[in-house]
Amino acid sequence: MYRYDEFDHAFVEARVNQFSDQVARRLSGEISEDAFKPLRLMNGVYLQLHAYMLRVAIPYGTLNSRQMRKLAHIARTYDRGYGHFTTRQNIQYNWPALSDMPAILKELAEVEMHAIQTSGNCIRNVTADHFAGAAADEIADPRPYAEILRQWSSVHPEFSFLPRKFKIAVTGSERDRAAIQVHDIGLQLKKNDQGELGFAVWIGGGQGRTPILAKKIRDFLPEADLLSYTTAIMRVYNLHGRRDNKYKARIKILVHETGVEQLSAEIEAEWAHLKDGELKLPGADIAAINAYFAPPALAPRAEGWGELAAWKKSDPGFAEWVGRNVAPHRHPDYAMVTISLKPIGGIPGDASADQMDAVARLAEEFAHDEIRVTHEQNLVLPHVALADLEPLYRALLTDGLATANAGLITDIIACPGLDYCALANARSIPVAQEISNRFGDPKRQAEIGDLKIKISGCINACGHHHVGHIGILGVEKKGAELYQISLGGSGDEHASIGQITGRGFEPGELTDAIETIVDTYLANRTGAAETFIECYRRIGAGPFKAALYNSESEAA
Amino acid sequence: MKTTQTKTKVLTANRLTDGISVWLGASGEWTTSLKDAFLARHEDAVAAIEAAGQTALADNRVVDVNVIEIEETESGPRPYRLRERIRADGPTIDYAPASAARVSQAA
Repeated sequence: MYRYDEFDHAFVEARVNQFSDQVARRLSGEISEDAFKPLRLMNGVYLQLHAYMLRVAIPYGTLNSRQMRKLAHIARTYDRGYGHFTTRQNIQYNWPALSDMPAILKELAEVEMHAIQTSGNCIRNVTADHFAGAAADEIADPRPYAEILRQWSSVHPEFSFLPRKFKIAVTGSERDRAAIQVHDIGLQLKKNDQGELGFAVWIGGGQGRTPILAKKIRDFLPEADLLSYTTAIMRVYNLHGRRDNKYKARIKILVHETGVEQLSAEIEAEWAHLKDGELKLPGADIAAINAYFAPPALAPRAEGWGELAAWKKSDPGFAEWVGRNVAPHRHPDYAMVTISLKPIGGIPGDASADQMDAVARLAEEFAHDEIRVTHEQNLVLPHVALADLEPLYRALLTDGLATANAGLITDIIACPGLDYCALANARSIPVAQEISNRFGDPKRQAEIGDLKIKISGCINACGHHHVGHIGILGVEKKGAELYQISLGGSGDEHASIGQITGRGFEPGELTDAIETIVDTYLANRTGAAETFIECYRRIGAGPFKAALYNSESEAA
Repeated sequence: MKTTQTKTKVLTANRLTDGISVWLGASGEWTTSLKDAFLARHEDAVAAIEAAGQTALADNRVVDVNVIEIEETESGPRPYRLRERIRADGPTIDYAPASAARVSQAA
């Protein structure tokens, strides 16, 4: 994985020192809250309902065990013993004191981590496919390009005060596991007919109060042009993006209001000035960054094939876990393991310091020291030999990390919601917990199959509800929580925005409504092979709405 | 000064040093328990707590100062808004890691 060079170390250290000084001056009263707030936000420090919150960037979701141990140490030393992994592959601490921030950031810098650009109207942490560098279906590893974008965008003077925040995601395969179509810029690595590497470029996707899918503006951008073309997009956005209205300031609105053809033409015109200039990426530089992400040397472990079959036969729990949480690696003797942070009835994305330490230890022992954070709020060990799956499973079981539900109805995305968040209108976590408990029976989950539920506690959509197969949005109505349900959303390569079913549901009715939707699916599907989203796309919203609302209209 | 009856209000904020939610107490100090908050039942009392909030803000003791409405119940002051109830009582979920692990193992 990427290692900081001297420049990176000096840059992060300088920022830690600068922010430490700002915190000291704030605490002494030398600077006011109004002056300090933008400074703390630039360093990932928010004020939430109960305390400050620190959002730490995990670039493209990649960690080693030393870094994970540091995250555990911070949780234990400066927080209340846990952290929350987010839909942007970051980690948030819910209870750090402002007076401890300098110490925390200093500790993070020791392991090449920071909280820069995790807030503010700048280019945020660049996210990537969590199976990068390991997936069997990958064209190329997206992380070197995410790293190039990270280096280019870090405190970029021209793009530090954009009209609004800006999110870039990169995926390395046809199958989109990075939700690129709901990002400001989505990049999909691909090869052209000559076998050269480049990107399909999408712009203007986003969720929030105005969910819009991205538009593809280029089918193939050569890799050498990544920064010049991205700069052209950013310049056009920076110039024309609306600064008069916060709710219309994202690039998606600019694309929508200007029209993709005109905007593309402006981007191309800007790019014409840039493409052959200093932003052109030299092949040697791309190769140098790629070298940091060279895959670990994976020795043949063919013995795992036979062992795996035998273990699965003797332990149904293990077989179930392998069936859900283990995915094909490009090396046939290896696999990618999803560590679910969605225990039945638990808090989506939360991990205790002990669990973080356990994952760090297991990554060292079984997974070539690599850990990933997924935008679905789980962790991944991307390089595990089939021959090591059984001992890994046993260890995960001990630490409460072996829930076999990846991609199932209880693998729910949920934002922190009104239990923590100052922006939220309704709670998300208890909703997720109740649904998880209702559908927690392994047999029932297996029968239902792939189903993504995503929950947001406000319209900002951190819980990605617009792209949930079943999306839940919490709102406040007459001082009480109310939940709107949407159906048919999807954040993958067949992206779609969910449609609201109708009137919202009170907290006490919501899980029943979800069950009605699930039962409607089960009654209408052509068979177990037809997933929820496939069934919904075939039969439409009608049968679901009828099941949810018809009985009440008859009663009325 | 003439004063009229209003909904009872309290003054809340977050402590500068650690961000913890606090309420203005009767003694003029900030308390971490809503139960110990000073209840402003009349407009002049509300004006007084608002002034105290501005002073505390200027003194850099607290941030995000707000007057909120509460109802007086037998068990103590209860904010009308759920958001403020959660600020007063803490997260409504059992977030301690040990219990999260227990839930998982029981499943």
